[in-house]
Amino acid sequence: MNDPLIIAGKVFNSRLFTGTGKFGNHKLMEQALLASGSELVTVALKRVNLDGEEDDILAYLNHPHIGLLPNTSGVRNAEEAVFAARLAREALQTNWLKLEIHPDPKYLMPDPIETLKAAEILVKEGFIVLPYIHADPVLCKRLESVGVAAVMPLGSPIGSNMGLKTLEFLQIIIEQSKVPVIVDAGIGAPSHAAAAMEIGASAVLVNTAIAVAGDPVSIATAFKMAVEAGRMAFNAKLGSVKSYAESSSPLTEFLN
Amino acid sequence: MFKEEFDKYNWDEVLSSIYSKSEADVLRALGKRRCDIEDFKALISPAAAPFLEQMAQKSNSITQKRFGKTIQLYAPLYLSNECQNICNYCGFSLDNKIKRKTLSAIEILQEAEYLKSQGFEHVLLVTGEANKTVGVDYLINAVRLLRLHFANISIEVQPLEEDEYSQLMAEGLYAVLVYQETYHKENYKLYHLKGKKSNFDYRLDTPDRLGKAGIHKIGLGVLIGLEDWRADNFFTALHVNYLERNYWKTKYSVSFPRLRPASGLIEPKSVISDRELVQLICAWRIFNEEIELSISTRENEVFRDHIIKLGATTISAGSKTNPGGYAVEPESLEQFEIDDSRTVEQVKGMIERQGYKAVWKDWEQFTTTQQL
Repeated sequence: MNDPLIIAGKVFNSRLFTGTGKFGNHKLMEQALLASGSELVTVALKRVNLDGEEDDILAYLNHPHIGLLPNTSGVRNAEEAVFAARLAREALQTNWLKLEIHPDPKYLMPDPIETLKAAEILVKEGFIVLPYIHADPVLCKRLESVGVAAVMPLGSPIGSNMGLKTLEFLQIIIEQSKVPVIVDAGIGAPSHAAAAMEIGASAVLVNTAIAVAGDPVSIATAFKMAVEAGRMAFNAKLGSVKSYAESSSPLTEFLN
Repeated sequence: MFKEEFDKYNWDEVLSSIYSKSEADVLRALGKRRCDIEDFKALISPAAAPFLEQMAQKSNSITQKRFGKTIQLYAPLYLSNECQNICNYCGFSLDNKIKRKTLSAIEILQEAEYLKSQGFEHVLLVTGEANKTVGVDYLINAVRLLRLHFANISIEVQPLEEDEYSQLMAEGLYAVLVYQETYHKENYKLYHLKGKKSNFDYRLDTPDRLGKAGIHKIGLGVLIGLEDWRADNFFTALHVNYLERNYWKTKYSVSFPRLRPASGLIEPKSVISDRELVQLICAWRIFNEEIELSISTRENEVFRDHIIKLGATTISAGSKTNPGGYAVEPESLEQFEIDDSRTVEQVKGMIERQGYKAVWKDWEQFTTTQQL
């Protein structure tokens, strides 16, 4: 079924976005990313050697179907994020950016105020901004209004593998959003990814669950299938879960 | 300041509380999703010893979830062994008749060049405490010289004032390591006989000054071997808890230096076995899932090989603990003996054979520094 995702004019055939952190080696990372079919891969700018030397991580991502999504991990406020974004554009020759600002190094919680400030500046500078944020419906609308290309609300704390703890809020975001909604962070199993797709997420981003698995390549394949299955179920108008019983002796029958 | 929190506790009571933890306390801690400081006491207590394998498994999986299959590498760069303190466990002690050396700017760059050739991007600058020759101006100059060559610069030097830390941060400083050595306030005097370091309280409040300055990372720890390692690590954990609450934008790391032989020094009073050190490291990881745990070349090869999977996140490699030790003056006297003397390449190979990735660079200064 032809059901591409379009973000800022770019067509994606895969709705599984991936990350590059935490892998035991670059070769394994490359194999897992290829197995995942992912066409957008996020790279922490702080991990890349910017002093002109060929950094080996980029060599392993050099495949025609893989687009790079530099992220600003490590910045603590809007000012640093804007600085990092300009550096990323220069170094990686792309104006795509995963904007993540977490002043809290323990739980890596995104700062909504600084993110909105930075997004506004970066959109004006021509960046395609994908902000990583809490599953906050109002914040998503505010970001949409300053021109971000998509929103990336979290399912649960980053790296936690806890799944969609923010489910109720993700549903509101998906219902209200005019830009693609990519569920990022906390997706720990293919079933979580499928669940996100079933409720209508445009895509998911998975990193830890693939990188730290016993067999990252097989898990990447499983995620690919789960994302496709979830999307297919969404398109097929998945039957809704009934929260009430259908009584055999209805109370309102006398009205008929 | 932490001192107010610290003063609520009594060393002997803490010690007896740790030693009275039961098997049930340990099991409760192991079953929890997040541990508190009472759980930490249980995990470092003798009652937890039979559960070491469970602790190790738990530590391994928590560490992988947070840090992945990666180990951050760094190298110490000793700038000076001049010191005005008399501390009876340290090779740099003022009363120790050794040749003193402080690197010049050119020598600092020679050492840096060697470390760069080995692949290092994270460097830890170490000095004694000699404020006249190695004061804040010297340190500022060192950071200024090195920040163009390294992605990430930390220091382990004498405690400074908040505004001095701010000045160093403006030059590109990332982290400061400041070990209390021991939280046993009375006995602290027995080890720190003369000099500014003998002021227990000033050292104790140093992380507060760092937190107020907004430093990216603070490293804490005690010198294992001075006093009871369990009580000392309880106080370290208390300190980390306090700092995380008060300075939430700062990252923390903990180290586990064991007292090593050095020329003319005291023998360890409290010996920790390898088994107990593993218990301690796993307890830290289970207690604090996000904290960086650092292991230096003080430890031997076998221990370091295995600690990769037990919760460590950061290790040094190919270290020299004497100023000029890499390139300038390799034969000068070291601060302490290192035990793992393998080359950087050998350590990297060891990490890779375990299915882990050696990470050289994990930081970028995303602000314009003053001089650039």
